[in-house]
Amino acid sequence: MLRIRNLDVAYGARVVLRRVSLHVRPGEIVAIIGANGAGKTTLLKAVTGLVPALGGEIALEGRLVGGLPTERTVALGCSLVPEGRQVFADLAVWENLILGAHVQLRRHRHQEIDEDLRRVYGLFPVLEQRRRQLAGTLSGGEQQMLAIGRALMARPRLLMLDEPSMGLAPLMVKSIFDTIARVAAEGSTVLLVEQNARGALKIAHRGYVLETGRVVLEGASEELLANRDVQRAYLGRDVDAHAEGRSG
Amino acid sequence: MSEATPSYWQPDDECMDREELAQLQLERLEATLSRVHRNVPFYRKRFDEVRFDPDRLRSLDDLEGVPFTSKQDLMAASPYGLFAVPLRDVVRLQASGGSGEASVVMGYTRNDVKTWSSLMARGLVAGGVTKDDVVQIAFHYGLLPGALGVHAGAERLGALVIPVSSGNTKRQIKLMQEYKTTVLVATPSYALHLADALAEAGVGPAKLSLRRALLGGEPWTEAMRRQIEERLHVTATDNYGPSAAMGPGVAGECLERSGLHLAEDHFLAEVVDPATLRPVPPGQVGELVLTTLTKEAFPLVRYRTRDLTRLVADPCPCGRTSVRLARISGRSDDMLIVRGVNVYPGQVEAVLRAVLGGEPRWELHVERPRALDRATVLVQMTEQAFSDSMRKQVELRDDLRRRLASELGVGMEVKLVDPAHVSLEQGRVRDLRPR
Repeated sequence: MLRIRNLDVAYGARVVLRRVSLHVRPGEIVAIIGANGAGKTTLLKAVTGLVPALGGEIALEGRLVGGLPTERTVALGCSLVPEGRQVFADLAVWENLILGAHVQLRRHRHQEIDEDLRRVYGLFPVLEQRRRQLAGTLSGGEQQMLAIGRALMARPRLLMLDEPSMGLAPLMVKSIFDTIARVAAEGSTVLLVEQNARGALKIAHRGYVLETGRVVLEGASEELLANRDVQRAYLGRDVDAHAEGRSG
Repeated sequence: MSEATPSYWQPDDECMDREELAQLQLERLEATLSRVHRNVPFYRKRFDEVRFDPDRLRSLDDLEGVPFTSKQDLMAASPYGLFAVPLRDVVRLQASGGSGEASVVMGYTRNDVKTWSSLMARGLVAGGVTKDDVVQIAFHYGLLPGALGVHAGAERLGALVIPVSSGNTKRQIKLMQEYKTTVLVATPSYALHLADALAEAGVGPAKLSLRRALLGGEPWTEAMRRQIEERLHVTATDNYGPSAAMGPGVAGECLERSGLHLAEDHFLAEVVDPATLRPVPPGQVGELVLTTLTKEAFPLVRYRTRDLTRLVADPCPCGRTSVRLARISGRSDDMLIVRGVNVYPGQVEAVLRAVLGGEPRWELHVERPRALDRATVLVQMTEQAFSDSMRKQVELRDDLRRRLASELGVGMEVKLVDPAHVSLEQGRVRDLRPR
């Protein structure tokens, strides 16, 4: 579905990604975990064409997309749910969703849009209940659902999510991850960037650990969860104190 | 399940599309290089010395610019110098090399142990072992990784494991009968020894339940395989894994028995000319160099195994997509250069076996009477062959000469020697050239 080889990205003189290679197979949920500033968001932006790549190649379903404008990558089936939701606060929920379908709108495929709306409402019943409400009046979790729903309206083959759990209450975090797992189970492919490594790896099939712009680890989620480096750095678990406690 | 049905332990990984595999290898190689550069001072220093910047690696071919790692490097850093994780993350140690010898200590994290057992399970399944089998492990249990490696793989598979360890042949035979062992895990020479002992004890293969033998730990031959299969009534497969790289499970034969499937999603293989250290042309014999792609505790970068093999790339009927290692044909330490051509004693041995059958006794002498090297293969004849007519002997000699030249790429003299006068050592190499 997505294949990245040796991607380099720099903002001016500051190199943010160094020869990053990764892939996402159809139907997979892949998590990219890493600390703040590791380059996770930049990676997603490079895939959607929001930042230019200095080197390397990005292929969506075998087609090179490096240098394509964002509208084109969306038309090719790649949708990004940006960090911090960014819904249109003074538009109604349903209007936000319709805006996500602009590719279909332009092609006048209104029947498809109705189908997609029904699908999104099926995934997020709360959005249907509040469809006439202004998006700005939704809770943080509901706004996140709306942002995901809006991305799904573009019928993406690859759905990319940037920190979907950020700033949400713990219960809502769980519900968002459950929803992402459900979206994938219904056939979407998901690339997920998260600081909440545990939550992300629990629903992901595989993951990559990004450190100062480099991939330092790739593996099945359960392997990454069992890796002590990952535990120390990203799972907030003091493994050494834990081990000593057990032996002492 | 019928014999013909291919069966895999991790089908998605073992039958992965080659292009997907190349992507995965690149990703894992890059991650491994970043990790060793950050965590292992030895590699950082090595890379710096040759000005290799791991961030600049762009393809699997760029590996050629990365320095090699030798067994001496590993020994010098032993025990813990090459570990890429803190010691408290290591859950197992194994070591290579017997008692008294300098050895290399390998560490394994929890993930390493898990990966190892699944790769070993792949090898067992490829060799026709199922969860219903009773597996008698006659490898020595100890620091050497062989026994525990196979043990964990067989348990992972769900087979019944008998950890009898090596030696005590009488007991092996007794357990084999009483516990109805169906799979023997041993060195090939021990499997033959067991066959002898069984014959001596009057226990025919029909009195046993054996059906498979998974052999490894030393180089062996097709002739040995035939003997083992006939005498023990088993299908015998080869399994390979240099201790330093992991242990058994790095590569293993399937029931096609035509080369060992390399776990390429975890190990990157190169075959190089031991003299120039440049890659050999595809399909040619050379020294196997391994880079680990997923090891956490003890990653290796371009490790020179000293084992001689060649890579077989054509597809295997079993459906696994990996390249195969041809049977290990010797050690690169034994390599000679004769008139600029690399010559491995194993190649000479193979030609002699093919022509003469059995276990020929022979020596290879290399001299330099003037400027040019002269190589002579002395072959000890059987009493019977030596009494053949002169014409027959000349024919045999010429046949050997021709075949050696075509197999080795360099001409050699052949001398047939009378067993009544000289007794040759098996495969001794005497390099008599001035140094």
